[in-house]
Amino acid sequence: MIQIQLPEEEIAGVPLKNHMLLAAGILGTTGASLKRMLDLGAGGVVTKSIGPEAIPGHHGPALIPVDGGLINAMGLPNPSKDFVEEIAPLKGEPVVVSIFGGTPEQFGTVASWFPDAAAFELNLSCPHAEGYGASIGVNPRIVRECTDIVKTYNKPVWVKLTPNVTDIKIIGKAAEDGGADAIVAINTVKAMRISTEMRRPVLGNFFGGLSGKAIFPIALRSVYDLYEAVDIPIIGCGGISTADNVLEMMMAGASAVEIGSAIHDSVNVFSEIAADLYSPDGIPAEEIVGCAHV
Amino acid sequence: MSEMPEVVTITTVVNETPTVKTFVFDKLFAFRPGQFCMVWIPGVDEIPMAFSGANSITVMKVGDATEALFSLKAGDKIGIRGPFGNGFWPSGKVLAIAGGIGVTPLFTLAASGEVDTFILGARTREELVFAEELAKVSDLKIATDDGTFGFHGFVTGILDQIDVESYDTICVCGPEMMMKGILDRLVAKGIENRGQFSMHRYMKCAVGVCGSCCMDDHGLRVCKDGPVFTGDLIKTGEFAHHHRGPSGRKE
Repeated sequence: MIQIQLPEEEIAGVPLKNHMLLAAGILGTTGASLKRMLDLGAGGVVTKSIGPEAIPGHHGPALIPVDGGLINAMGLPNPSKDFVEEIAPLKGEPVVVSIFGGTPEQFGTVASWFPDAAAFELNLSCPHAEGYGASIGVNPRIVRECTDIVKTYNKPVWVKLTPNVTDIKIIGKAAEDGGADAIVAINTVKAMRISTEMRRPVLGNFFGGLSGKAIFPIALRSVYDLYEAVDIPIIGCGGISTADNVLEMMMAGASAVEIGSAIHDSVNVFSEIAADLYSPDGIPAEEIVGCAHV
Repeated sequence: MSEMPEVVTITTVVNETPTVKTFVFDKLFAFRPGQFCMVWIPGVDEIPMAFSGANSITVMKVGDATEALFSLKAGDKIGIRGPFGNGFWPSGKVLAIAGGIGVTPLFTLAASGEVDTFILGARTREELVFAEELAKVSDLKIATDDGTFGFHGFVTGILDQIDVESYDTICVCGPEMMMKGILDRLVAKGIENRGQFSMHRYMKCAVGVCGSCCMDDHGLRVCKDGPVFTGDLIKTGEFAHHHRGPSGRKE
């Protein structure tokens, strides 16, 4: 297997310790758990998505493991502005603050609370929160306006896209036109399970988003498509659980990756992948980013 | 591997006390004492609950979900995910200390023959759960807050009367302030690592990914790294100071 070197420069405006970040929504509710993941080898962390109001999220079941992944309908639970105090001890660490809102103005308001963020990741892609996430992230004009307003806070802005659209390239282009510094692809894929014995959907919200190994090929294809459509860096996300998956994502066009559901199998996934992925004799990662576009 | 809820049919509902019921169902789950399950009450919510047997849970009415559970009867269906978490890992001479509904996981430990001495506390005589069964499998000492049975006071009052250092493992489950009183005593004697405390936190996923049950200051997940932690892991941080609600806000 190919091995690569640790990053020497910032990626998409963020000084990452390696090419792997903790994905949004995974162990990102507390400052202590984010610190723990950095200590356990994450090159950077993305927080739980923070919104304009504190909300408790959907009733349970909110997450069920299924073959090849997890389906969740958490419903964007978040402590809103209280999260500022939560991550204050992480100042100076590569902490990307994920934010959501119902309007571009709300995105701007939430961004204004976090002057110490390494970057912002705009959640324009959560598939199961009415009025938020993908319900506005499928509109190129709103994607552009949200990006534009958060850019005024002088931080790198990453835009996380939903795969639940006809053509992800159009939304990626809108983010780039709005001044995004990177695109994160992808969020979860709309999904559900039904209990045949109960004769009703299992999730409290009825449907949710599928993550994990099952969606890796979908995420890979999305990154491949976006690499041909935009000129800004792409952060690959979706079902990555091995060093080879990281390389595959890079070859499709990703400059870095986010890892989430693989935590379900091992909380040490970052250091386990790093042990396989990196070598002082490895090649610079830039040599393989996008190399599969032959 | 799919971990969809296993649908079970309630066969018997036992009234343990005015506020506690045991729900017996028609399927067996292999669990270690201290492990828990997620109980799905369709159309209402899913909540964490300790097993009180291979085919039962014992529940105190405390909120909307448990109230809905209390309205169920034999023949009704619920979903069970689990078992989850680490459970107790006692060795040597074992002391168990339970308060209120915290008796449930420690009852299963005692029923498996692993507890030498059991200190059981409740507000009042009629709220004592599993006392008769516990007296058969352990040296049972009882405390009631109002003095209607046994020692008049808290479980810590009994603890102060016994030689706690003669025990190799001290397993604890109950209200957090009660557990704090016990941890303080173990810390004072320098034996907090002999204490195994079952923590209760708001949780959503139960499989260690969502982060809603993570505790300060180590970021440990109650659902996956716990729910049982040794005293040295919780003596600093949020224990007995704060916890987080459904939104993640400190309460």
